[in-house]
Amino acid sequence: MSRQAGRGTESKKMNSELFTLTYGALVTQLCKDYENDEDVNKQLDKMGYNIGVRLIEDFLARSNVGRCHDFRETADVIAKTAFKMYLGITPSITNWSPGGDEFSLILENNPLVDFVELPDNHSSLIYSNLLCGVLRGALEMVQMAVDVKFVQDTLKGDSVTEIRMKFIRRIEDNLPAGEE
Amino acid sequence: MAIFSVYVVNKAGGLIYQLDHHAPRADTEKTFSFPLDLVLRPHDERVVVAFGQRDGIRVGHAVLAINGAEVNGRFTADGKDVLEFLGNPANYPVSIRFGRHRLSSNEKLMLASMFHSLFAIGSQLSPEIGSSGIEMLETDTFKLHCFQTLTGIKFVVLADPRQAGIDALLRKIYEIYSDYALKNPFYSLEMPIRCELFDQNLKLALEVAEKAGPFGPGS
Repeated sequence: MSRQAGRGTESKKMNSELFTLTYGALVTQLCKDYENDEDVNKQLDKMGYNIGVRLIEDFLARSNVGRCHDFRETADVIAKTAFKMYLGITPSITNWSPGGDEFSLILENNPLVDFVELPDNHSSLIYSNLLCGVLRGALEMVQMAVDVKFVQDTLKGDSVTEIRMKFIRRIEDNLPAGEE
Repeated sequence: MAIFSVYVVNKAGGLIYQLDHHAPRADTEKTFSFPLDLVLRPHDERVVVAFGQRDGIRVGHAVLAINGAEVNGRFTADGKDVLEFLGNPANYPVSIRFGRHRLSSNEKLMLASMFHSLFAIGSQLSPEIGSSGIEMLETDTFKLHCFQTLTGIKFVVLADPRQAGIDALLRKIYEIYSDYALKNPFYSLEMPIRCELFDQNLKLALEVAEKAGPFGPGS
């Protein structure tokens, strides 16, 4: 692909453990700075949002997917293309609500939490909340307002990590021309 | 084969980046003696030729420089009014450079906003629903290609009509934007792009596309 050619011939693979360590350092520093778990969760969500609004352009530029016409397509693209491209995992999509506006992403393993154990004094910390922010920010840039939250977390003793995504509405202001 | 310029327009229609890569300038510099056989008149902020086309100097060309010093709108480099200066026989013989004026950055901003609106009109005029906006605008001297991303950013390239491979170039510019502008944490979204790396890589991409010639890469 032309992208690899522009970057030179040496592969740009980075050690995923460095990524896990970096994320861990980030969360622990936030815990020290903010003292209570709710604030840390909010900050992680904000940071994720800022990542998401930029990541979406990178995703669209590289993957060439077109506009999704319904929430099911969106779910497919997120699970099979986006997660694969950025985290190397393919979550499964389950638990569709009857109205087709809510679904769950089931992650067997979450690369952010390799080697992590939550201590008792941080029981309400949502460690991977950054991911929720990223998904929310990215979808907002393609005119979808969504609500994203963790409902199961392996760090809290559940068997899998489950992210619930709910479609709230289409963002109608500032639509790009031709999208009405 | 030439790519003349690149414009990047944000969601609201504001110009956030502009590059003139290759401007085919047809300036003519000539020495004149009194009286001047061209008729000059003021127009907007410039002095233009109204009548007397000859030797490459055409009607509509603006006075760009007098005696080598660039003019500042309607005034010479040292502050005198151009028309007064040229009306005084004591200043002759004088060397004047004429040419098509370059667009000022304000004019480019206005043109970009206008194009943003026209782009939207393009999709509204369409007899079919869900049409895209204007993708290409063609004149006898250039073709304007436009690519709008799903997030509303428009990349506009003005190129020679025979230049091929502009679609691939537009996608490449999108990649360069997502790399060197967006991954720069100090760049704020929707604001003017002032990133060195973006400039450099964009110029490289333009050169590669130009070398490709009229039949696409490999020709």
